[in-house]
Amino acid sequence: MKKSRRKFLKVAGISALGIGMTPAITTFASSESQGTGTVDAVKSKNAEVFSAKRWGMVIDTSKLTDAIAANITDACHKAHNVPDFNHEPDKEKFPKTSPVNHHQEVKWIWKEHFEHAFPDKEDEFLAEKFKELPFLVTCNHCKNAPCVQACPTQATFKREDGIVLMDFHRCIGCRFCMAACPFGARSFNFRDPRPFIEQTNSSFPTRTKGVVEKCNLCAERLAKGQQPYCAEASQGAIVVGDLENSESEIRQLLNEKYSIRRKQELGTEPSVYYLM
Amino acid sequence: MSKNAIIVGLVIFVVAALFPFWFNLGRSDTVAPKPELSEQAKAAKKCVLEKYDMRANHMSLLDEWRDSVVRDADRMYEAANGEKFQMSLSTGDNSCIGCHTNKEKFCDKCHDYASVAPYCWECHTNPKEITQ
Repeated sequence: MKKSRRKFLKVAGISALGIGMTPAITTFASSESQGTGTVDAVKSKNAEVFSAKRWGMVIDTSKLTDAIAANITDACHKAHNVPDFNHEPDKEKFPKTSPVNHHQEVKWIWKEHFEHAFPDKEDEFLAEKFKELPFLVTCNHCKNAPCVQACPTQATFKREDGIVLMDFHRCIGCRFCMAACPFGARSFNFRDPRPFIEQTNSSFPTRTKGVVEKCNLCAERLAKGQQPYCAEASQGAIVVGDLENSESEIRQLLNEKYSIRRKQELGTEPSVYYLM
Repeated sequence: MSKNAIIVGLVIFVVAALFPFWFNLGRSDTVAPKPELSEQAKAAKKCVLEKYDMRANHMSLLDEWRDSVVRDADRMYEAANGEKFQMSLSTGDNSCIGCHTNKEKFCDKCHDYASVAPYCWECHTNPKEITQ
């Protein structure tokens, strides 16, 4: 009797040890195999992709006219299916659309007066020309983006290359990011945007009711090795490039001329520079 | 006497409980519909994954693609069969919808049958297919 109890305790002890070890062993084994996971193996980067350490934008205010600014906004908004609430919806396609509030806006890049774009720089005897110049404003893709910190679902995030991007699938429409953004660069879709898109561009998805949207620095075009729409339509007024690369075109432009950024004192480190 | 009543009651219960099964037994519309392939898809013959894998796992694949494109800026998918695909549901000819051009005959057929309503189409679709 005594002997068998001793034996039983021995066996029980060893098996308890074994059971305790299994989770540790399995996690160890799985972490080893993760390095060669199928996801990593089957994906390869596009060859023609444009890449940068930190994407930035330079807007040359002397080259920007009202007509060019309008073209830029138009090119961007059309390509990204940004709704225009002044557009009368097609009654046949969207019979249930309720009346429009024309004050409602969704915008990615738009014209602003100097005193609104740079409220901290509005001096009493500011050169007259600044009062008439069109200033294009958009998402600044800040280095310390407050919207990224505010987003509770990580729908807004900072990509490795500096672009502040949105995962529209993940946005829950809480609008914390809109409150956090000091530049008003974000718009909320209070209603289904589709009836207010004149010509839907099928190469870019639309958004849906209840999500926030903003400029994505044409991440979809950079992936194909193309310049953003705004740079393309700007006739040289907008240059997009790598801020961290001292050889890049935008760094050279910044070297040559005096530049300002919007609300720099807030410490968000905007990546959009305005050449004066 | 009560024995008969119990048996009758049991039979009624079993018949009632199995109602969905015998009710649908002879009906032809309960057979799962076959999605119709578009001309392009027929010509291409190869899809991203093997047929049965695709049938079962296309939603996880799309989920993975989305994260890859949006988060990692990685848009090229090399399938196990060696083909390369642009990771996109609805943009361009090399996307899902670019090949499976008819959403109603391809996607909706099974989705309707399985009574699932994915909200992909609220943002991703061709304008001509918007019916609301």
